[in-house]
Amino acid sequence: MSENYSIEINDLKVAYGEVVVLENMNLSIENGEFLVLLGASGCGKSTLLNCIAGLLDIRDGEIHIKGRNVTWEEPKDRGIGMVFQSYALYPQMSVKRNLSFGLRNAGVKRDEVERRVAQASEILQIEPLLNRRPAELSGGQRQRVAIGRALVRDVDVFLFDEPLSNLDAKLRADLRVEIKRLHQRLENTMIYVTHDQIEAMTLADRIAIMRGGLIQQLDTPYHIYNKPVNKYVAGFIGSPAMNFIEGTLTMGDVPVFTSGSLSVPMGEYALSQTLGTATMEGVTLGIRPEHVLFGDAAKGAPFSKEVIVEVVEPMGADTLVWAMIDDLSFRFRVEGQLQLRRGDAVTIGFDPARGSMFDADETRI
Amino acid sequence: MTKAIVTPRGAKPNRIGPSRIILYSILVVAAVYYLLPLYVMVATSLKDLDQVREGNIFAWPLRAGFDAWIKAWDTACTGLYCEGLKVGFWKSVQITVPSVLVSIAIASINGYALSYWRFRGSEVFFTILIIGSFIPYQVMLYPLVIITRELGIFGTLPGVIFIHSIFGMPILTLLFRNYFAALPVELFKAARVDGAGFWGIFFQIMLPMSIPILVVAIILQVTGIWNDFLFGVIFAGTQNWPMTVQLNNIVNSTQGVKEHNVNMAATILTGLVPLTIYFISGRYFVRGIAAGAVKG
Repeated sequence: MSENYSIEINDLKVAYGEVVVLENMNLSIENGEFLVLLGASGCGKSTLLNCIAGLLDIRDGEIHIKGRNVTWEEPKDRGIGMVFQSYALYPQMSVKRNLSFGLRNAGVKRDEVERRVAQASEILQIEPLLNRRPAELSGGQRQRVAIGRALVRDVDVFLFDEPLSNLDAKLRADLRVEIKRLHQRLENTMIYVTHDQIEAMTLADRIAIMRGGLIQQLDTPYHIYNKPVNKYVAGFIGSPAMNFIEGTLTMGDVPVFTSGSLSVPMGEYALSQTLGTATMEGVTLGIRPEHVLFGDAAKGAPFSKEVIVEVVEPMGADTLVWAMIDDLSFRFRVEGQLQLRRGDAVTIGFDPARGSMFDADETRI
Repeated sequence: MTKAIVTPRGAKPNRIGPSRIILYSILVVAAVYYLLPLYVMVATSLKDLDQVREGNIFAWPLRAGFDAWIKAWDTACTGLYCEGLKVGFWKSVQITVPSVLVSIAIASINGYALSYWRFRGSEVFFTILIIGSFIPYQVMLYPLVIITRELGIFGTLPGVIFIHSIFGMPILTLLFRNYFAALPVELFKAARVDGAGFWGIFFQIMLPMSIPILVVAIILQVTGIWNDFLFGVIFAGTQNWPMTVQLNNIVNSTQGVKEHNVNMAATILTGLVPLTIYFISGRYFVRGIAAGAVKG
């Protein structure tokens, strides 16, 4: 096993009775990496995290943490700290005793416990709260204490199980930045489960997008956003979601994508695989709303078209516009100060090089 | 001046309609129905024997006094001995306290293990335990007599405590299991990551959170065991008969005059312990029963 990897998972299999949740799961996480497991509920991301923590019994495979095979080890012996969605603070203990519970169980000396609790509470700025009970804390403070409980254990790997999902939007944004700062300061490995793509994009070094117990794509946020490997990933990442147009790709000197009255030259598009000369049916062209050009910019684009505005959703900084292309609802994002109305005729366009194309099997081409 | 038209504004006025009146009438009747026998008991126990003989059970006690109560406690005859209920009271305490403690201790650990430390066959084990709570006690009496005899504890205090502890198990385990199942499982996970073991999690995390259900279990067991007659009369042995058995002997004695005032006083005295418990903890009782019943 390589020393460069903080965590290695080989051929992991998890099943509840006959229902297989994870199978043939292989994953290597580098030292100091911030990995986000992202997916809709039921995709197996929390299951995977619980397996790494040792809180779930596995059927097959092995788990290595810091080059040590911990497959059969108890959670406390794996060198991990974990933060839960519901905070899971011990309600009848003070914050201080919550923080020190793990250390006291491990038989750490008293002055060392004091030192580590003081250090963690200084990092998380929860010193004034040490003598309070969890019930006397706000949601954000509780989650900070929960993070502190992982922090005092002085471990190599932090596991986060949707830690911000119970917080309101503003606190979530604040704590998100704090977690990022914490990672930059501690530089240890963090695995973070979430269904929130903003959290995933902002925090991760790499994102693993999961679906049905399988990792669809494991890559940097940049690549996942710009070069999604399949239609599911393309649709999952990005808000508002990517526009999908179904049509036919005709090969030639310049490949052309056609759908109804649309005809888009795809000469600039970087194909990710060599295709034959045959015409491909059932191809999907995906364009992100924010990559759609508008007005004068659109006129110079490789592809442009006049459309009628159907619905306008102003959001302040920008405005989301819905328009019909043939019988397809198409959304695009424009600058927030533009005053558009329903029924306006506008010119939109896009650069096919920024789009994504998927074949009939929904794989990127 | 014309009458001002009232338009709806502000707090909605409270009107007492016919449905309210019917509702309260039914409640009053129900209250009287349950309170009347209690009044008869207390009134009769305060009367002297002369007034009891007049036969008007609803009459107010004319020469009220606690003579009947003192007699019931101190000198009433239970069969051969005339030492009153006080002997039975202390025997009941000696039976109830250990039985309550032992049964709750075992059942809380059972419930904790069954909801968090699932093992192969734990569901089957739980099902068997629950079926146990539906079987009538009487069916098992004779085998239990033989079992306790073989164990050498038949007719002793440990014998009757053993029986009470066993029969408290199914319902209490169900109660605790459901209570623990309603607690967030992440607490248990967090404690495991923090390195607490089976007993560490139980004593440091779970037990301190179980006060409401502990109160319910104590109420259930104290009242149940205190009011028990059958196990007491069979398993405790004649020298250890609890208060309920002695009460029966006082009330059903066939010799001498029927002292209704003493019988009533003895009955109230015996029922006083569970009554007190209900009065003190009725609020917890309802709350805890609800808490324990959330999940099946």
